Order: sequence, then structure tokens, then C-alpha cells
Amino acid sequence: MFATLKKAADPKTGGPRYPNETLMSLNDPSVVVENLTKRFGSFTAVDCINFEAHRGEIFGFLGPNGAGKSTTIRILCGLLRPSSGRALVAGTDVAASPEAVRQQIGYMSQRFSLYNDLRVVENLRFFAGLYSVPARDLPERLTWALRMAGLEGREQSPTRALAVGWKQRLALGCAVLHRPPIVFLDEPTSGVDPVSRRQFWALINQMVAEGITVFVTTHYMDEAEYCNRLVLIDRGRIVAMGTPTELKSHYMKGQLLLVECEPLGPGLEALREAPGVLDAAVFGSSLHAVVADAQASLPRVREVLEAKQMRVGRLEQIPPSLEDVFVSLTAARESKQEKVA
Amino acid sequence: MSGRRILAMTRKEVIQIRRDPLSLMIIIAMPLIQLVIFGYAVNLDIKHIPLCVYDRDATQTSQDLLKGFRATDYFNVVHVSDSYPDVVRHIDYGVCTVAVVVPPQFSEKLRSNGQASVQALLDASDSNTASIGMAYALSIVQTYSAQVQIDWRERHGLAGVAPVVTFLPRTWFNEDLESMANIVPGVVAMVMAVVGAFLTSLTIAREWERGTMEQLISTPIGKLEIQIGKLAPYFAIGMTDTAVCAGVAVWWFNVPFRGSWTVLFGCSMLFLLVVLSLGYLISVTAKSQLGASQLALLATFLPTFLLSGFVFPIEQMPVVVQWITRVLPARYYVSILRNIFLKGTEIRLMAGQLTALAIIAVVLVTLATRAFHKRLE
Repeated sequence: MFATLKKAADPKTGGPRYPNETLMSLNDPSVVVENLTKRFGSFTAVDCINFEAHRGEIFGFLGPNGAGKSTTIRILCGLLRPSSGRALVAGTDVAASPEAVRQQIGYMSQRFSLYNDLRVVENLRFFAGLYSVPARDLPERLTWALRMAGLEGREQSPTRALAVGWKQRLALGCAVLHRPPIVFLDEPTSGVDPVSRRQFWALINQMVAEGITVFVTTHYMDEAEYCNRLVLIDRGRIVAMGTPTELKSHYMKGQLLLVECEPLGPGLEALREAPGVLDAAVFGSSLHAVVADAQASLPRVREVLEAKQMRVGRLEQIPPSLEDVFVSLTAARESKQEKVA
Repeated sequence: MSGRRILAMTRKEVIQIRRDPLSLMIIIAMPLIQLVIFGYAVNLDIKHIPLCVYDRDATQTSQDLLKGFRATDYFNVVHVSDSYPDVVRHIDYGVCTVAVVVPPQFSEKLRSNGQASVQALLDASDSNTASIGMAYALSIVQTYSAQVQIDWRERHGLAGVAPVVTFLPRTWFNEDLESMANIVPGVVAMVMAVVGAFLTSLTIAREWERGTMEQLISTPIGKLEIQIGKLAPYFAIGMTDTAVCAGVAVWWFNVPFRGSWTVLFGCSMLFLLVVLSLGYLISVTAKSQLGASQLALLATFLPTFLLSGFVFPIEQMPVVVQWITRVLPARYYVSILRNIFLKGTEIRLMAGQLTALAIIAVVLVTLATRAFHKRLE
């Protein structure tokens, strides 16, 4: 179990049990990113970002596909070189000495990247070998990983035969066999069913409880709520940073109304033109409208919609979700860019 | 450098090879197929050339001449003609490659003038067979001609006068002049080139193609550890295939083996290092299995087959092509193999070939190691 990581010293030798334990004290940031930029030709994938992730927290990177999440995580794992700026992982400059960082981290790439033609236990043994897991710890680590992934009794199954959720948990097991202090997970739950997603997040919480820093990217807004702190990233730039609560209270310009109406499309059009409405967007089968003053806007919105012969269902003020924050922030950026253009 | 990480890599490769039918096929079946093809089917010895005879003289003398053609293995008399159109038709239809026509009054001219001629018609669409057939025919006629002279001298009391110069050839190293003995040792080079370069060309490309590379390079394993760990199983396979091919050559095809087995294996290791590095280099650069395997065949199989001297002698090639063959590792290895098998040459006499191979090995190993980076760009 990860509990052993808390033990500062090996009872037998008196020295540190794993070399990585001595490198970081509790208050040191696990990941420091300063003015990090990555360009591919003329395209800027990551545009001068700054943040710090602290030990023992779930640090989320939230944004749509192509926002620069994977690029950032790959730079932090030493798989891509930054065009400019600096990234420190576990106190080491990744670009300068990527190999020094690799024993300190576990990485799970977006695409499933274990060997499908190997059996479950063969994959685990392979990565245990690559991470030099000590021979005396190996049986315990394998048992731990198998139990964690829910694959006990299926050690000999071909990896290709596993369902996606199991594969993801096996991949996580392979990435943390060596008890790294920092784990990078790139969209670990994409394409996974909701039950498996929930199980996966339970594992992440368990790791964090044991002092591991988890750096996770996602484009699922609901998952972002699990993070201790998160960064919203859009087209390579950080648009907001903070705890989920901070993001919802600080970054939302105005208050939020939930509007249920039929039909939806013309309803959205009408809502956008309604007085006092700053912005409106479709959320599932209803509409969300951003207004300056919720109480004042409620009756006016109903009037506008009913004047256009629409059936109005629920109409009330609601607390914003991260998705609302995100939409409002990126919409603000877009309109700013349009003005510039 | 960590032995654990290298061992982990090697184990994983072995498991993957064991589970991949294509790899197993190439490792086990391909050497045997090549041995059978090159040992039996590719026969460069030209014997039993189909021959047509048209005897317009029809005397004892003309029949004596033709007896020479019937008595040898080099020709098979498949048809006895009775007219020119018939001869032409048989050559046209490919029934015979060579036709010998004895003109009318052949024996009479020989008796009165002491001089006569015989016509040979050759189908030169296969120029090699035609020229060899011509040489055989010439030698048969010359032998006959010499015999006639001796007979004439005896009859005129000039007994016992033999031809002035006699030619006594002795062929060394391949006493029966069998092309098989020349070709089968070269098969070892062919098999190594294909097993070594073709299989290894897939190993890195496969990891890129299946997306496993990204995970692999995020771990502490070094690039040299990856290279050694990945190539080690192919090295063992290549050496095993070499031993099998050499064994079959000696004990099944009865190719003479006059050299030292130690020298054979030592030289083979050097050549294997060259082809493995070439395959690895291709694999690193190609990034797709299809591209890598095609490039590997193009870079090893074809030049080894055509330009190494394996089948076609380098001395017969145009000078420009001869120069090209100098950068071809298989050229040196094929020459080493023939030396060890047929001549039993000592290792110090092959220093030239070995130096050339060693230089190529150093260059390719360096390139292969340099070409791979633990990065996604």
C-alpha cells in the first residue's frame, strides 16, 4: 500500500526506503512552471503559462481538446522540449535533465499504451523492471497493483481482452508500481464508462491521501470538481486558476439563470436579445443565461419568451457549475479577440 | 546502465516474438526455405543441353563425330533431323538449344583435302547457356579433330606422335566445379540479412505504431538500454539460424567445410552486429512497420542477393557497380564464408574483409544509437 511511503526510513537500514523520499520536503511545490511556451512551427500549443502544484494535491488541468493540456503534461514528463520557459518537476529542471525526473514520476498517456500482446502480469513485471522495483518488494507491489485494478485472478489474461476501464486501472498500476511522488495522468478516464470513472477517481483520492501529487488533465467538467485546485486552459493560455469554489465565485461575471423552454433553438436566440442578458448557452435540454441581476431579470426573461409564443418550464437562479465558468470565460476571450480582429 | 532494465526489455521482446506468428515464421521457416531454394533449385551448372543433330553426310566418319556429342553429359540428343526446316522448327519451338549440322561430303572432304567443317546453330536467347554450349561443342569437335590427325599419322607410319601441348587443369576448393558448393555458404549471409535486419526493423516501429513508445520513454530506461535489450534476443536468434544453416550446408548438402567453426561464429557475430544495427536504424527512422520492413528488405535482401557475389560474381560486374559493392557488408561476409567453408582460410588472411566489416559495424552502431531519442519530436 501507499501507506509505506509515509514511513520516512526503512526499519532495516535506517536510511530512506526510496531515494525520492528525501528530495522533497512537505512544503516544496511538486511542479513549478514558469513562462512555459511550446510552439510547433507557427502554431503555439502552450502560450507562456505559469502555475505551481503542491505536494499531496490533485491538480487539475481543464480544457477542451487541443487546448494544450497534453502538450503541457508531455513537457513535464520530459517527452517534449519547451520552446521557452522553465518546468521544474520534483525540484529538477525537466528540459535540462529529463532522465533525473523519470524515476520520480509516473505517467499515464492519453492513448492506452501498455502491451496488448502481453498478459496482465507480464505488463506489470515489465514496468517493475524498468522502474527497478526492488526484488523483495516486487510480490507485494504486484499484489497491490492487481488488487487496485480489480484484476486479481486475471493475472494471466491477455491485456487485449480487458475492458477499457480495467485497462486504464492496469495502466495506472504500471505507472505507480515504483511509488513515485508525482503522478501525471493525461485524460485517464476518456472513453471509460461512468462506473469505472468513479472507481478511477476513488483510486486517485486514495493516492493523494498518501501524500502523492496527482496532476490530471480532463475535459469532463464534472471531474474537475474532484480537484483540489485547477487551471482552466483554452488555446494554450491559462484563463483561470484556483479551487473549484474560487473559480465559481470569482470568475463568473454576473449571475446564472436556468431556463427551460420549447423550442430550444429560437429560445436561445430570443434569450440572447433579451434585455439584461449578458450571455446565453445551451446546457443539455435547457438554457443557461448569464445576467447582471438574477432577481430583476427573472420576470423580464419570462415576458420576452412568452411574447414569442414559447412554452416556458422551469425558470430560476442556479449556482454556476465549472462548465458555466468555462463557457463564460472563453466567450469573453472570443469576443475580445473578435474586437481586436 | 542497469542490467535489470535491460533484462526486463529483453524478456518483453522474447515474449512478443514468441506470440507473433510472422516473426516465428521468419525465424524458423525462412532459413529452411532459402536453403532448399538455393541448394536445389538454383543450379548454375549447365548440363544436358538439348541438342538436335542433322547428319547430311550419313557416313561412318560423320557418325563417329556425332558419337562425341552423344557420349557426354553436357548434351542430350533429343532429336535427329532430316531437313533444315525441321532443324529450324525445333530451335524455334525451344525443343533444342543447339543444333549440329554435318554437311554433305564431310567424310570425302576430310579424306581428300584433310579439311572439313561442321555447322553449329545456337539459340542465344539464353546467352549464358548458348555460350557454354558453344564451348562444349567446340571442345568435342577439337578432340575429334585431334584424334583424326593421330589416326592419319599412324596410318602413314608417323606413329606415337601426341599433340605438342597438353592441358592438365586441376580445380581446387570445389573439385567437381559444383555451383552448389559455391552458393550454399552464401545462404547463411542471406538468412542473417533477412532475420537480422527485417525482424529488428519492426521492433522500434512497432512501439511507435501501437502507441507503447510514449509510455516506454517516460520511464527511466536509457536509450542504450532499450537498444541492447531489444537487440539481444535477435542476436541469439541470428546466431542460432547461422549455426542451423551452416550445419545443413555441411551435413545435408555435403558442402566442404575446411575452416574453423570458431572463426565462422566470430565473423558471423560481427556481420550480425552490422545487420542488427542496420535494422534498428531503419526502425528508428521509419516509425511505421510497413515502411520499415520494406526499407529493410530493400537495404538487405536485394543487395545481398544481387551484389554480394552470392550468385553473380563481382568481377563480372561493371566497374561502377563493383565500386558500389564495396560499401555492402554482405560482400565481405559472403567472401569470408566461402573462404572458411571451401578454402579453410586462416583468419589473418581475411583481415581485409574483417576490417571492412568492422568499419561498417562501427558506423552503423553509432548511427543507430544516435538516431533514437527518448522524445516525441
